[in-house]
Amino acid sequence: MQLNRIFKIIFLSEFVKAIILAIREIFRKKKTLNYPFEKGKISSRFRGEHALRRYPNGEERCIACKLCEAVCPAQAITIESEERSDGSRKTTRYDIDMLKCIYCGLCEESCPVDAIVQGPNFEFATETREELYYNKEKLLENGDRWESVLAENIKIDGPYR
Amino acid sequence: MELFSVLYNEVYKILLLLIPVLISIALIVWFERRVWGFVQKRRGPNVVGPFGIFQTLADALKYIFKEIIIPASADKIVFILAPIVTMTLALVVWAVIPFSEKMIISDINVGILYVFAISSLGVYGIILGGWASNSKYPFLGSLRSAAQMISYEVSIGIIIINVLLCVGSLNLKDIVLAQEKLWFVIPLFPMFVIYFISALAETNRTPFDLPEAESELVAGYQTEYSGMMYAMFWLGEYANILLMCALGSILFLGGWLSPVDIYPFNIIPGPFWMIFKILLLFFIFAIIKAVVPRYRYDQLMRLGWKVFLPFSLIYVVLTASFLIYFDLLPNK
Repeated sequence: MQLNRIFKIIFLSEFVKAIILAIREIFRKKKTLNYPFEKGKISSRFRGEHALRRYPNGEERCIACKLCEAVCPAQAITIESEERSDGSRKTTRYDIDMLKCIYCGLCEESCPVDAIVQGPNFEFATETREELYYNKEKLLENGDRWESVLAENIKIDGPYR
Repeated sequence: MELFSVLYNEVYKILLLLIPVLISIALIVWFERRVWGFVQKRRGPNVVGPFGIFQTLADALKYIFKEIIIPASADKIVFILAPIVTMTLALVVWAVIPFSEKMIISDINVGILYVFAISSLGVYGIILGGWASNSKYPFLGSLRSAAQMISYEVSIGIIIINVLLCVGSLNLKDIVLAQEKLWFVIPLFPMFVIYFISALAETNRTPFDLPEAESELVAGYQTEYSGMMYAMFWLGEYANILLMCALGSILFLGGWLSPVDIYPFNIIPGPFWMIFKILLLFFIFAIIKAVVPRYRYDQLMRLGWKVFLPFSLIYVVLTASFLIYFDLLPNK
């Protein structure tokens, strides 16, 4: 046993083994993705950038119930509402401070009409702070842009809600 | 006028050596990062240029445009001088490294002594940098580095005595030419291994990178440095690593000689073999950085003084007695 150990130390066998192992690893398949050019798969429940959805006829879904504003633990959401000329209750202001938001998904969870949702987009870095104070136009625009994916995700997730 | 033409000729030769050395440092940093990445099943830098070759260039550009911060309590002159000393000394040594029988800037008779004199001076850059920073971590890092480099220089020196016994000359060209029949790596294999490990310690590489042990000393002697001055330390360090690889290939792997003197191999010009050998040694350097953990400081010192030094001394005696017994001594 002792002799074996001395033998190992003199001939640096552990080092040689480690180097051979390392050289073998070089030719193995890489575990990382080539990120900006290829992206990993994202779950349908992924909580990324927010979006306000519309009905297929172009009407906003949001009914200004303010449940999301109430449930938001970071108090990132600000809503003001008014009665529209046709008598329906709609928001006049829907702001999300994306810097306060902790992406917990409670707004999405609490929404009774699936208006506010968190989409699969996570690449919305900006160069200034102000650009991350999202207002209603920005959120609706997001909704229009990602609608197909958002609807698909909600459909997949439906049975578990 | 004559002075100018001499100056011109020399400058042109120096530039012809230094620019390739600096470019190869850039390439070798990229190569090393790729190797670590591959060993860890990552991709490594692969965005800037084809396969990410220009990554180091981009980094260098970043360093150039960064602000150089000089700490208020630092000794300004020495603080600025330290990286300059490190880099200059690391580049000056390349003057005597032969890339083939003709390609050598100054073919001096005490080449190997010159190399060791200059690389010993390299400690000054680190000591000055650490001390002038006037801060705890750089100071500790530079002290460690000095102790480490001095200890391992001793064992490298004795290993080189082994080689010199077989050559009978201090000229680097003669050392290579003496290996025409048999590379010294074969009779002196244990010395080659010890040389390699000592070179790792000498250049503050991984198993012995205590001077910049980031878990305890932040970045060692480089802690207070930023911008181009930091980059110059790194350039010096990598120039030293390349130098150690070059020296290893000259002393043990037959420099620019081809491994076998038969047709397809001996038409490849010498410098290519030299570069190939340097790259091979550097590849092992890089792999070792990827696989081994860091030594403890007392283990490092024990290895240097209690293992390598006596072992290489015994080997000197063995080599000398072998040469005398079989009457193989060069230049009797």
